[in-house]
Amino acid sequence: MPAGSQPAFPMRRSLFRKNLVTALLLAPAALWLVVFLVLPFVAIAIFSVGERAPEGGYQAALTFAQYANLPARATAFWNTMVLAPVGALACLLVAYPVAYYLALRAPDRWRLILLALIVIPFWTSLLMRTYAWMYILGGRGIPALLAYVGIEDLRLINTPGAVLLGIVYGYLPLMILPIYVSLERLDRRLLEASADLGATPVSTFLGVTLRLSLPGVMTGFSLVMILLLGEYLIPTLLGGGKVFFIGNALVDLFLQSRNWPFGSAIAITLVLVSVVVLIVANRISTRLSGARRVDLI
Amino acid sequence: MRAFVVAVFAFLYLPIALVVLFSFNAGHHASEFTGFSVQWYGKALSNPFLVEALKNSLFIATTSALLAAFCGTAAALGLQRVGARTRALFDALLGAAIVVPGVVIGISTLVALVQLFAVVNPFLASLWPTDQPPRLSLGYGSIIAAHGLFSMALVTMIVGTRLASLDRNLVEASSDLYATPLTTFRSIVLPQIMPAVIAGFLLAFTFSFDDFIIAFFVAGAQTTLPIYVFASIRRGVTPEINAIATIVLCASVLLVLLAQWQLGRRKPSP
Repeated sequence: MPAGSQPAFPMRRSLFRKNLVTALLLAPAALWLVVFLVLPFVAIAIFSVGERAPEGGYQAALTFAQYANLPARATAFWNTMVLAPVGALACLLVAYPVAYYLALRAPDRWRLILLALIVIPFWTSLLMRTYAWMYILGGRGIPALLAYVGIEDLRLINTPGAVLLGIVYGYLPLMILPIYVSLERLDRRLLEASADLGATPVSTFLGVTLRLSLPGVMTGFSLVMILLLGEYLIPTLLGGGKVFFIGNALVDLFLQSRNWPFGSAIAITLVLVSVVVLIVANRISTRLSGARRVDLI
Repeated sequence: MRAFVVAVFAFLYLPIALVVLFSFNAGHHASEFTGFSVQWYGKALSNPFLVEALKNSLFIATTSALLAAFCGTAAALGLQRVGARTRALFDALLGAAIVVPGVVIGISTLVALVQLFAVVNPFLASLWPTDQPPRLSLGYGSIIAAHGLFSMALVTMIVGTRLASLDRNLVEASSDLYATPLTTFRSIVLPQIMPAVIAGFLLAFTFSFDDFIIAFFVAGAQTTLPIYVFASIRRGVTPEINAIATIVLCASVLLVLLAQWQLGRRKPSP
């Protein structure tokens, strides 16, 4: 309705009804987001500047002692901060050729089937899939087979290598999908133009393909990295008590030693690191080209 | 490159295949396959704790996915009718619900709910006429709500994508022909977005059924199937777990394939 015109009464009433319907449609989601996302986040922010009550739990205070105490869990931070980027990078190195093949080389009738085969593991239980490796790497799996051929006492499980393997296995699909999306939307004529102008396949790949797929690479890398920062199952099942992540420290602090304020400070730090990762990744990909949407299915 | 891709697919599927294979192993050990047997399935399904955990998981996944499908679809429809600023705010919150690691969602929900119960329970007790007032505690409700957060954001995203590609001309034609908004919605919009809603429901169900870490924090005294399996894995790997894993994997694969099929349907048959 143009500004300044006097709306007729029925129109105003229908406008009111339209707004009411909109509000009703959004209300359940808004309520859910506020009660189970915003409020909990505010709660841990408040807890993180509090103190631990003598019997565990929380005592009101305004102190940054919990944050100052973060070095007490330095090993967990160190493991996470090393294995998350390394794991994401390892995922990327395995994922890129697969995404490239799916988007640019796979025969058309195979493409959708192969894509479905990538999506399925992403939606199947991470617990069960990590368990599969625990079974394979555990004492009665590969080490037992190797013992037949004379290689004894090889320890595979509960090592950083096992955790890294589990990470690549668990997060590979999530890395492949966004890279596939960005490669699939790539304008094929650019590749032909590059070749026509005398570029070698390698320089076409570096100058055109890789460059234009960087937004997908950044999306995949940051998603995998953020989820790895909060990972708990993989280090617990494949790292035993030896390789623990921030997630392990959080489970310990919230469910066992009940130091909620310290745990909250760690959680807030974790979220802040994730936000920084997202912002940096977003900056890089918008600088290189327009932002892309990622569909998780 | 083909060889590498084949190797990656083998890498993705061999471990799962191995678990499925050994769930039919007559013997105890992973190192040797001693014969075909379904005894571990029998053992698993006659374990009352496991059946209880399975029932809990099914109930929680169904309820949270239904709620998420309903609220998420409503939100996706509502977001089409608001200004850019409101939309950006919602998109940011929904994105956060998807991207924030489960461990953070789990602990923050735990902290908030425990504080909330500490306030509400004495209040309820003071209002209640009899000696046994209802006490709110962690359990089904908290798991459903925490799972629903992620699921609702997911449904909103999937249905929103479908709504964005909806043919506007049909909606306009319908209202030009004097259909009421409700009729237009029922006969034009709803049939077109239904596959996305169903796909969203199935994925939400799968997510909730498979989730371990969020439920681990907010389950209270309840046990879901992943929590039970996690606890038994820590006590030691047994072939029984292979049987459960096989059942869960098959269920997930089936649901995801159904969801993809629904999303792939361009137009519903009349």
